[in-house]
Amino acid sequence: MSKKKALVIEVGDLLTTPVPTGRSRWLSVLSVTAEIMVTAGVGVLLYVFWFAVVNPAVVGAGQTATAAQQSRLYSEHLPQSEATPSASPQASATPAPDDSPVAPVAPVVVPVMAEPARSASPIAVIYIPRFGADWKRVVRQSTSDQVLNSATAGVGHYTGTAMPGGIGNFAIAAHDTGYGNTFLGVSTLKLGDRIYLQTDSGWYTYEFRNFQYVQPNAINVLNAVPTVSTTATTDRIITMTTCNPPYHAAERMIAYGTFLAFSTAAPGELGPTLARGN
Amino acid sequence: MYAALWRILPGPIWVRILLLVALLIVVLVVADLWLFPLIATLVDTGDTGAVNTG
Repeated sequence: MSKKKALVIEVGDLLTTPVPTGRSRWLSVLSVTAEIMVTAGVGVLLYVFWFAVVNPAVVGAGQTATAAQQSRLYSEHLPQSEATPSASPQASATPAPDDSPVAPVAPVVVPVMAEPARSASPIAVIYIPRFGADWKRVVRQSTSDQVLNSATAGVGHYTGTAMPGGIGNFAIAAHDTGYGNTFLGVSTLKLGDRIYLQTDSGWYTYEFRNFQYVQPNAINVLNAVPTVSTTATTDRIITMTTCNPPYHAAERMIAYGTFLAFSTAAPGELGPTLARGN
Repeated sequence: MYAALWRILPGPIWVRILLLVALLIVVLVVADLWLFPLIATLVDTGDTGAVNTG
């Protein structure tokens, strides 16, 4: 408002009196100060808009694209069965949605990969349909800013915790707001929601079980049996941590899930998103 | 400030307006790609959603 007014006055000055008098010089000092302040205010608003809207959209799109690419890479590496005819991963996944997840008779040996030593090495692609039909992210090693703020990752694996399908606690972290809004949807999880992890061995299915709200320093949520014991039992658990509330970081919101099954075949629920390929 | 800018810009009024729009776009792009990410690292609270393991 005042910026516009100032501009009009100045343009008027420009047209009528090119050489300012003492009084109009004082006025122009005032108006320049006002212009700088208004500009700074607009700049702050633009930054907030960038942080809350522009950057999450840009980074989120990058994270999704990278995850789709990593997922295709894993699908191509899949050893046998479903993936052999090149056109069929989605075709084989869609028709039999319910009886594919696991071989019912013989207990399947769950392959567990070794933890990568290098930070930011890809571990898996995580799919949580509750967050959106095409929501997917690459899980990378370590919870450093390099991983969590990255447009090619977004989800970080706590160094030293279990790997997908492993006995103990597979613990991962992500931002809720900012940098891709990666785990903004965690609070929308419902009992029994599926959490899928794809690696080059196949598909691990976890099931969401419960939330916990803790202080930011509550590292016992990373225990092999979260908050209870550092010694693993036979349980295979997934722990997702993020900030709470959104746009603030006073607490950490924890979502726990339990392991259901391993399969080399893609879960039926993911058929459509895998067919779209992005 | 903006009056001086207006004075510096060459050409008739519509050329000046086009130049201003172009300038605004340049400023926004520079801010989005470099300035704001830099500010974000400066005002970063270190709260990433991870529980503090350090």
